[in-house]
Amino acid sequence: MELFLEYLKAFVVGGAICAIGQVLIDYTKLTPARILVSFVVAGVILGGLGVYQPLIEFAGAGATVPLTGFGSLLAKGVKTAVQEKGLLGALTGGFTASSAGIGAAVFFGLLVALIFKPGDKA
Amino acid sequence: MTNKDYEQLNKKASPPSKSYINIPYAFLIGGIICTLGEFLSNTYQGMGMEQDTAGAVVSVTLVFLSALLTGLKIYDKIAKHGGAGTLVPITGFANAVVSPALEFKSEGMILGLGAKMFVIAGPVIVYGISASIVYGIIIFLFKLY
Repeated sequence: MELFLEYLKAFVVGGAICAIGQVLIDYTKLTPARILVSFVVAGVILGGLGVYQPLIEFAGAGATVPLTGFGSLLAKGVKTAVQEKGLLGALTGGFTASSAGIGAAVFFGLLVALIFKPGDKA
Repeated sequence: MTNKDYEQLNKKASPPSKSYINIPYAFLIGGIICTLGEFLSNTYQGMGMEQDTAGAVVSVTLVFLSALLTGLKIYDKIAKHGGAGTLVPITGFANAVVSPALEFKSEGMILGLGAKMFVIAGPVIVYGISASIVYGIIIFLFKLY
């Protein structure tokens, strides 16, 4: 039951964050690229203000998997890096925190692009 | 980005259906992807990983799955219904990296595949990292760390 509740929270919070994105697409003419950028930057701001962490504690992957979670990870990484290295950490923290995701996207992206054929241009 | 790319991306994320259909679909598909993330996180922590490490490995797994499904042309099919549900999770970021890389392979390895890979990811990194740097400077100056 507890596990079910945990998955339900991840589902509802994650779904709600995505639904906000859909509302923005449908009602504001924001392009998908702008949605991605906005969500990451919003995540940095919310993470920096300390309001995103409670959502992560509540919903787990429901808050970390959307790109707002990626943004909050950047803020968290910067904070840790500034604690360790001072001002230099402001420059290094974001890349350190996001390195796994970006590294994976670049490398798997390269592999997939090399292996697969482009689709029909519909 | 050319107008055609833009149209294609736009079409991918906003299928020509009504909001009362789009929004629940985005909720459903996005929710499912996040639930999968939670399941993976539990599995990895069950294997003995610490929470932070498990979180990073979950991201890597989802990025891998998204890249593979993009290559197999399945992700775009899901995205037709999922809209923001497939765009907003980290799988959408991966899709935005892989899709143009694959599509522009024909224009060469360097300025095709290599450069076009960052058509969407580039701005995300530019503004995401810059926002985090501004945040870092603020907490450094005001000693908020």
